Amino acid sequence: MTLALDEARRRSRAIDAARRINIAAVVFLVFYLTVGVLQPTYLEPAGVMNFLRRAAPLAILASGQIFVLVSGGFDLSVGSLVTLTVIGGSMLTANDPSKTWWAIAVLYAIGFVVGLINGAVVAYLRTPSIIATLGALLSVNGAAMMWCGGAPRGYLPDNFRMFGRFVFHDVPLIKIFPLAIVVLAAVCGLAYWGLHGTVFGRRVFAVGDNARAAELAGVQVAYVRLGVFVISALAAVTAGVMLAGFGGVSIDVGLGLELQAIAACVVGGVQLMGGRGTLVGAVAGALTLTALFALLTLLGLPQPLKETAQGTILIAAVAFGAWRRRRVG
Amino acid sequence: MSESQALVPAPAWRRGSAAPPLLLAGSILLYVGVAFWTGQTKMLETDGVIGLLERMVALGIVALGQTFAIIAGSIDLSVANMISVAAVLASFIMHGRADMMLAAVLVVLAVSALVGVVNGAIISRLKVNPFIATLGVGLILQGLLSASFTDFAGSVPREFQAVAYGSFGVVPYSVAALFVLAALASFVLWATRFGAHLYAVGGNAEGARLAGIRTDLVTTGAHVVCSLSAGVTGLYLASRLRSGAPWIGRDGVYDLESIAVVVIGGTLLAGGRGGVWGTLAGVLLFASLDAAFNMMGVSAYPKLVLRGAIVIAAVAVYTVRTRGHVA
Repeated sequence: MTLALDEARRRSRAIDAARRINIAAVVFLVFYLTVGVLQPTYLEPAGVMNFLRRAAPLAILASGQIFVLVSGGFDLSVGSLVTLTVIGGSMLTANDPSKTWWAIAVLYAIGFVVGLINGAVVAYLRTPSIIATLGALLSVNGAAMMWCGGAPRGYLPDNFRMFGRFVFHDVPLIKIFPLAIVVLAAVCGLAYWGLHGTVFGRRVFAVGDNARAAELAGVQVAYVRLGVFVISALAAVTAGVMLAGFGGVSIDVGLGLELQAIAACVVGGVQLMGGRGTLVGAVAGALTLTALFALLTLLGLPQPLKETAQGTILIAAVAFGAWRRRRVG
Repeated sequence: MSESQALVPAPAWRRGSAAPPLLLAGSILLYVGVAFWTGQTKMLETDGVIGLLERMVALGIVALGQTFAIIAGSIDLSVANMISVAAVLASFIMHGRADMMLAAVLVVLAVSALVGVVNGAIISRLKVNPFIATLGVGLILQGLLSASFTDFAGSVPREFQAVAYGSFGVVPYSVAALFVLAALASFVLWATRFGAHLYAVGGNAEGARLAGIRTDLVTTGAHVVCSLSAGVTGLYLASRLRSGAPWIGRDGVYDLESIAVVVIGGTLLAGGRGGVWGTLAGVLLFASLDAAFNMMGVSAYPKLVLRGAIVIAAVAVYTVRTRGHVA
């Protein structure tokens, strides 16, 4: 009798554990191993490091976006903020490496202000965040174009680009170690702590779950909203600084990144309209999307079909999440 | 279905806000004011006003459909991509031949309706958030389109260009069509059972379902209307540009702008309240703004910055009085 109970208990614990495994992590491993089979260099330490480096900007954006999503909103302005960061960086530094740190500080200040405006419009003007951040997207893109006069030019100094580009060589065991991974780990660690380890994080979940209830429980809902949009904007500036090290200065570096970041979170099990999600899931979602893109490139599919694949996986992930919630509650 | 009629809400105009008249007055004041201020009084003569109305057509038609989706408590982000698909498909099938016009139009309408059904099914059957569902469908459409066509494809025959360039006297066909479609849409919303069900589902989907309304069919119907309107916009743009290219919908930002004008027009983003005349007033505001910026010689980028700020301000005017929480 007790044996049977133990057995049942053990089984339910196993089911529980299985349930807690993030589906995105599993999907990611499947995608990555497929990529590795097609192109074995991906399975070498250097290949893994390079993959993580390329995934870093999206993972950082997702780490910021998840705060807004869990609070029940959307932040559509992050892609344009990435563009503004790259273009602003080239304008502020004007090829002078000594201005890099000052420029980065100014860019973070701009990001902070944009996030604060987004949050204030949602919290105090009660404008739905889709509209508020859409307006910000248009304005920030316009501002970036105005800043460079419509034609981005110049280069970024090397010490600006090192965050995305610099690689430590001759590291034992893994051979190469990109600086981008340090930034990625730092941002993800900070975001994990902020979302799952602080009172602020609990309040973000509370507001996303039921803003009225959170308010009655004493949460200053407006401050939480300001906070999540500022976090998302600061993450976007960070991703922008990373992407500046990847390619040249152009007006479309950030194009569509907001949707990819939301997609990454959703694939990682974050629930739209708030209240549910984990940082690990969001990062796993970002890695999954990056692996998917690598896979499609390896398969030789034309570039545009990446979008088709992204759309399909997005719908599939959310449909699966909805189905699972209906099944297990 | 008689029990469901208890749920039919009061006509929209009775519950609507004073938004459309105010917006209308504001837009006209802006346009006329800027015309006088910059001394371009020629813009107030027939040609100028017709030009202003013509600016409304593309965004106006797709925004009418978007109004249906939003009133039903949904949203459609795939319209920009649907517009590109429709325009490319039309000009590719026609390939400059007048005898293919009817076939092309029918194919475009059929494809649009199908996309609407797919959107509605993903939302109501698979229970996917409409934001993600239509975003995903939009990405799928755009990917397939851009993989098949990289540039302007085919061309439309001269006869088809009449859609955009022909006119009854001084009134272009396209402007007349916009107002006829708006009248039709408002008739459907106010006077038909489908319209009443749209408001019911948008206002309280669970309540509507318990009252015996097939909410899944209503949601799907709203998306079919929305996709069809995007298809018609695509046909119009193909006629105006004389050909279709895979980027015209996205370049026009029709997805986000159509949502913006619907909300500016007083339709609740959460659904259940609103109407098409407010949407048209919102479209007129955008058209007047564009015309005013042009008259003042504002260059492209500051225009973009101002446009973003105006979208927020115009929506905030209503929402600032909201009592509840908004995310």
